Amino acid sequence: MKFGYRAAALLWLAPCAFALDGQINIHDPATVTESGGKYYTYGTGGNPLVSDDGWTWRPGVTPLRTGAAPDVIHVGDRYFMYISGVTMISSKTLDPESPDYKWEEGGKIAGYESEGDFVNPIDPGAFLDPKTGRLWLTYGSYVGFTRVVELDSKTGKRLHPDQPPTDIGLNLEATTMIYHDGYYYLLGTRGSCCRGADSGYHIRVGRSKSVTGPFVDNMGIDMIQGGGKLVIGSGGRLIGPGHFGLINVADGVQKFSFHWEADMDRGNASVLDIRPLLWKDGWPVAGENMKDGTYEIESVRNGSALELAVQGVPVGGASGGGGGGRGRGLFGGTGGVIPAQDVAQVSANWPTGDIAARLANYMVQAQQKWTVSAVPNAGGYLGSPYFKITIAGTDRALAATPNAELVTLPAFTGGPEQLWRIDQLTDGSYRIVPRAESNAREPLALSAIGTRSVTLTKFDPNSDKHRWRFNNP
Amino acid sequence: MNKIRNLTLALTLLGTSQAMAAAAGNPSAAHDAEISTFIGPVTTAEAAPSPDGFIQRWVVLEPINVGNQQPQDATRQTIKKEFFPNQLTVVPRDGDKVKVNDQELAWHALDSRKYNVSLYHFASQWKKSASNALFWAVTVVNVPKEMHNVRLAVGSNASSVWWVNGEEVAGVYGDIQTVVDDGVSQRLTLKKGPNILRGAIINGSGGSDFCARLLDENGNPIKGFTVSIGGATK
Repeated sequence: MKFGYRAAALLWLAPCAFALDGQINIHDPATVTESGGKYYTYGTGGNPLVSDDGWTWRPGVTPLRTGAAPDVIHVGDRYFMYISGVTMISSKTLDPESPDYKWEEGGKIAGYESEGDFVNPIDPGAFLDPKTGRLWLTYGSYVGFTRVVELDSKTGKRLHPDQPPTDIGLNLEATTMIYHDGYYYLLGTRGSCCRGADSGYHIRVGRSKSVTGPFVDNMGIDMIQGGGKLVIGSGGRLIGPGHFGLINVADGVQKFSFHWEADMDRGNASVLDIRPLLWKDGWPVAGENMKDGTYEIESVRNGSALELAVQGVPVGGASGGGGGGRGRGLFGGTGGVIPAQDVAQVSANWPTGDIAARLANYMVQAQQKWTVSAVPNAGGYLGSPYFKITIAGTDRALAATPNAELVTLPAFTGGPEQLWRIDQLTDGSYRIVPRAESNAREPLALSAIGTRSVTLTKFDPNSDKHRWRFNNP
Repeated sequence: MNKIRNLTLALTLLGTSQAMAAAAGNPSAAHDAEISTFIGPVTTAEAAPSPDGFIQRWVVLEPINVGNQQPQDATRQTIKKEFFPNQLTVVPRDGDKVKVNDQELAWHALDSRKYNVSLYHFASQWKKSASNALFWAVTVVNVPKEMHNVRLAVGSNASSVWWVNGEEVAGVYGDIQTVVDDGVSQRLTLKKGPNILRGAIINGSGGSDFCARLLDENGNPIKGFTVSIGGATK
């Protein structure tokens, strides 16, 4: 964010289906952080938000001090909050209901190093190096250098205040770092904030083998010279993404919190959002939360499609030739347009009770098309609501059984065994987890066993058996 | 292109089948040698699974002619028919005979030399056709203690249905080739001692075979068991 361009009172409208649920108005959110089973974030001017599940949010409790664009990181037994300026406060918990909830002053961490120093010491971003255990802080703004200093991982304070910081970027806001596969990635927001739908905010990235740079983009341009590969820009009805914060959900599942400068469905208010983070060719890119729609659900393991265990009927009939089509003969077709298979017609031959699910070669048949729909008021998880998965054109719903197998029920009744968490994985495919397993660190997930069978087994991020694609049917 | 490819394949297989049939009508050492590279008689009281966990010892009934049938429904309708008494419960011994449609068919114990059981060579050995055929295969798996969360994993050419201790647990359907772990059952419990595995395999034309093994909760093959077929040792 930029000093002098604070957003005025933000208009909050009723939530819609396109972003998080509940009260999500915020600007410059701190990285969404879990504490005591709840999720917390803090924005400019206080404005804390809290959520029980990562989907539905409500106003939280204002911490000891407020300021601009804070960031929060959990290290050891403390949560450090860095506030533009840059100062720090810390607490053993973010949960105001806990007896350990007590913010303590940590003092000044960074600022102007000298008169005329070309830096705007705001928008701090904390980074714990998973490779070394060392703690770092980046800061800077749309004018001046982006800098990195090392912190004491025990106290959260600056480790060598007598040593000058390192310049690693220029004219970047809301920077932070992440580590992936041998590289340090510097993510920052370019463009203008605080102008509603006229905000040009977008998030870019460069990478380096060293935490102190140089950070170059995919074209080799240093971020101190304007480089930066796009991670996420405006799209759909959402404008101006900024303030990236990594959320490591589990092995193979990463997400990031950020804000949109303007959500058209909320009167162009600035709002919180959470998206999957993908990795393509060694670069982070924004993924997509699951969207309502009708899909072929394809196993990455072998390309087979999830289907009802019923006898399929060829679309338009078994014979492809012999009709009145051009050229006639074996390949002549019928000479007319074959409509999509009518599920009402073919399902008349399906059993009326529970039907097993299995995998099969995709043949564009009715028992192979699934409609995925968000279920209102059923809760959710980081970034998404729970979904039901039904055969398209019917209410027949995929469900988990008590012994961790799969079945389809004649109708969706809203039971937890019929609700599904669908997370996009870092390779762009998805994992499908029943609600009961939603918060498990190693949940049971939809698994392709063999080439024709499905079950629920402990999620293995390194196995294609747990990876699924939602294709245009 | 598929129909052309299938036509070519069918002609190729027809040629192979005719050659094999001719060989079967005039047995030769080469023919016997070919069969023996795939299957052989049972000569020990117990057998272990292969290093990859495949069950290689079975008692197989000479093929029943049922006509060509590829769709799932056709296979399911066929196996619902009772071809011989107690077909879903009998534990046959080598040399036992049953009468099917006024034809006497024999059960034969065999040990496969491969991971899979070649029904094509089995039929040829007994001078039968593997085309338009229904094969029944039974074996007994002895486990040292009760085992939970076990899965039966099968592959077959072509359709097949499988039972463990009398309960239908798996099936693969269509005009398909044998693929390792093509169809996998839900989690099963194997009781301590003998457990009966049974398969019905239906073949249209060309080669026919099946493979079967038991997998643990993590999908790894189980090997800690023996296979024994009463009266099968020669």
